[in-house]
Amino acid sequence: MTLLALDGLTVHRGPCPVVDGVSLTIGQGELVGLIGPNGAGKTTLMRAALGLLPHRGESSLARLSPRERARAAAWMPQMREIAWPVSVERLVTLGRLPHLGARRATDADRAAVARALEWMDLAAFAGRPATELSGGEQARVLIARALAQEAPLLMADEPVAGLDPAHQIATMALFRRLSEAGKGALVSLHDLGLAARHCTRLVLLHHGRLVAEGPPEAVLTEGNLRDVFGVRGWFGATEHGPVFQPLELAS
Amino acid sequence: MSPRALALALGLLVAALFAASLLVGPAGLPPGASVAALVRGEGGPLTLVMREIRLPRAILGAAVGASLGLAGAAMQGYLRNPLAEPGIVGISASAALGAVLAIHTGLAAAFALGLPLAALAGAGLSVALLTLLAGPRGSTLTLILAGIAIGALATAITSLVLNLSPNPWAANEIVFWMMGSLADRSFTHVALALPFMVAGWAMLAATARGLDALTLGEDAAEALGIRLTRLRLTLVGGTAAAVGAATAVAGAIGFVGLVVPHLLRALVGAQPGRLLWASALGGAAMVLAADVAVRLILPERDLKLGVLMALVGAPLFLHLIWRTRREFA
Repeated sequence: MTLLALDGLTVHRGPCPVVDGVSLTIGQGELVGLIGPNGAGKTTLMRAALGLLPHRGESSLARLSPRERARAAAWMPQMREIAWPVSVERLVTLGRLPHLGARRATDADRAAVARALEWMDLAAFAGRPATELSGGEQARVLIARALAQEAPLLMADEPVAGLDPAHQIATMALFRRLSEAGKGALVSLHDLGLAARHCTRLVLLHHGRLVAEGPPEAVLTEGNLRDVFGVRGWFGATEHGPVFQPLELAS
Repeated sequence: MSPRALALALGLLVAALFAASLLVGPAGLPPGASVAALVRGEGGPLTLVMREIRLPRAILGAAVGASLGLAGAAMQGYLRNPLAEPGIVGISASAALGAVLAIHTGLAAAFALGLPLAALAGAGLSVALLTLLAGPRGSTLTLILAGIAIGALATAITSLVLNLSPNPWAANEIVFWMMGSLADRSFTHVALALPFMVAGWAMLAATARGLDALTLGEDAAEALGIRLTRLRLTLVGGTAAAVGAATAVAGAIGFVGLVVPHLLRALVGAQPGRLLWASALGGAAMVLAADVAVRLILPERDLKLGVLMALVGAPLFLHLIWRTRREFA
């Protein structure tokens, strides 16, 4: 089943297009890594796909009403904002808002919150004010919030930036497991090593255009790395799975 | 504290202060006979005092306080800033300008509701201007900036009216009105202001869900299904109705909208949606208490409610800042 379909999505900031005619579909079972250098248009693409920005072209999510969209896709913005010192548990419960309506939290809501806290290794923090946690811990709280939404599609903007290695790996592995269980995810990443190891597919953006798409080994090619990122790297299919390591600047 | 316990405690506090507001006054009436006169209504001076003077004053005290507390909590939640207050979007200053113009032009003297109606018109005009300036889709920053500009303009015109006032008595009347008071209000004031306030409360209460979601920022809130444009219109409209009506009948009373949400935030686990009803009750209690206090402290000197509130509110606020500073040190 298709969870997101973009057709010729274009976003203008002033005269220049920041996202330029991107067409893309994401289906169940996929963990799609959105990669590209700074300013490539990753965040703008995801926000426009959700209908949060004025755009041209088609996005299946932007056509939905806000309520339906919130049940179809969960969004974790790059800006990690927690405005008030609410408890971790209550913050994660905000992810249930699209399901709550006027009624109070049900057992299903509480179970979803408890599951998300468990997944993100936060059960011990449940009662603590979220603003008192460290930056990486706050990021995990916000990932848990998006997971508690239990939407078929998860869209996250650099969710693992600032996490320690164990939690980076655990989070990516969790996204992969959830995808294999029938969900889908579009995740922007700067860590190409994590992208190569965990994503089922990579989408490479450059100057707002989709320049390559496919399994990691087909996207992280020598030519793409040089032309888009300006680096050289090593990609190997090892006995521990695919490994990618950027090595040096391309001259 | 559980939400139920907090609601009960605040509710009892408001009820007790409402009773105190009914029983305290310059006439020095015996409490038992006062209550009997209020309930039975046998005519006579005691019933008149209770029903025509003290009851409307107590009702207005509770309603004005609830409006200011509720609007303050909603504004802080929307702007995600504990320093916000209803006055920040210029509504109280514009309502005050309307009232001042009514006093200056003689409209206030011409008929009883001239002043509050002019104040409501001022509040309504400022909201129209605010939505026009800030645009339907603008950020919270444009709303604050537009509000500050409107507030500054209203204050400037108020000063101009004072400046050009033909005689010291007219200026005096304006200055005294602006200090804020609940003395000598009647049921006519209640009938005029209460419908607007109730409509404002309903609108502000409807923002609870959106304010909770805004804890995560505007982008995440919108992706959670919150319509930010509608939320903002509801918030500004509700604030205008509640605070505009409160200013229209009581004058400018500051600090309630700022201090009350601060005091209660920790007790509701900092959740902005829950802070709304708590601040409404807390604001009612605070204004009722201050209105009883002005009658006890200087009964013969007509101490103004707004003055006392600022005198008590500012040090209280400083204390809160002091505590917060230690927490973050």
